[in-house]
Amino acid sequence: MTDASIQSTKTDTGEAGFGDYFALLKPRVMSLVVFTALVGLLVAPVGVNPVVGLASILFIAVGGGASGALNMWWDADIDRKMKRTLTRPIPSGKVEEGEAFAIGITLSVMAVVMLGLAANLMAAALLAFTIFFYVVIYTMWLKRWTPQNIVIGGAAGAFPPMIGWAVATGGISIESVLMFALTFAWTPPHFWALALFTKGDYANAGVPMLTVTHGRKTTRNHILGYTFALAAVAIALGLTSVGGPTYMVIALVLNAMFIKGAWDVFRRTDADSEADSHKAERGLFKLSLAYLFLHYGALLVEASLKPFGLGGWG
Amino acid sequence: MAIKAEHEMHKRRFSRNVGLGIVLVGFVALVYGLTVAKVSELYQPEASSEANQ
Repeated sequence: MTDASIQSTKTDTGEAGFGDYFALLKPRVMSLVVFTALVGLLVAPVGVNPVVGLASILFIAVGGGASGALNMWWDADIDRKMKRTLTRPIPSGKVEEGEAFAIGITLSVMAVVMLGLAANLMAAALLAFTIFFYVVIYTMWLKRWTPQNIVIGGAAGAFPPMIGWAVATGGISIESVLMFALTFAWTPPHFWALALFTKGDYANAGVPMLTVTHGRKTTRNHILGYTFALAAVAIALGLTSVGGPTYMVIALVLNAMFIKGAWDVFRRTDADSEADSHKAERGLFKLSLAYLFLHYGALLVEASLKPFGLGGWG
Repeated sequence: MAIKAEHEMHKRRFSRNVGLGIVLVGFVALVYGLTVAKVSELYQPEASSEANQ
């Protein structure tokens, strides 16, 4: 037995380092959860004690991470079949499936209970529903059943700003529902633009993606349709109490750019796309990343201007 | 001569233990901070009503 083989055997026996367990929580997804939840909390009309706010954001992040661990536990079989997910802790053999399940359940319960104690029952109930929705409704039920899986999965990722808002206000309002709708309507064009230029191996894993089940032309149509819905939501959010002139200018520019990008993608054929290495699709995907960040950033700007009598609609 | 076994596995275990230790200490500090914040909030309305009187 060589040193190299000893090394690989030991790595595959579940002797995971701390980082491997942390990777179960999907840190990149968690960063979006933290950012949008923080915006939801900060733009709310009610102030929150900084310690309570920090703890709440942390528990929302842990809850989101826990649902990621449960997703990896349930999807371990398909993660082993796809190149993109082969390096995840379970397929790589660093963490056992049972460990991921135990960590996911424990952290889920802990995050919900602690958020209830730190903030309020509404925020805790919304976090519990988010975890349930992502793990049971999306991961276990609909992901492998319908090509609209991206749309449904997007709803789970859209709840954090609502939870952040609930931490501050203890309730739900039109502003928080529209913040939810913004991320919800943004997710399909974002992921389908990506699906158009990546050679995904979802088909091998038995996951129905729109590009495979209904073809790439239908995917292009869907991107355009959701982009119009997204623009309507983004503008409507700007007309509420969390919006204002700064947000509106940024939203108008970004949505005009996004509609133009989606229109270009809609008009192209696959031959056009192959010819220039999916330039328009890549461009739309990159724009979508900036789009969401800048919209939430603009809401933060409005909120931070308010103490000086500048933010909002006066 | 004492047996000394330093292996990648031991490093991983050590990182796990240190990581968990930091998380637990952080959690205790957070709950302590939350308690202080909650108790302060609890007495704030009374303090302000006293000030009004």
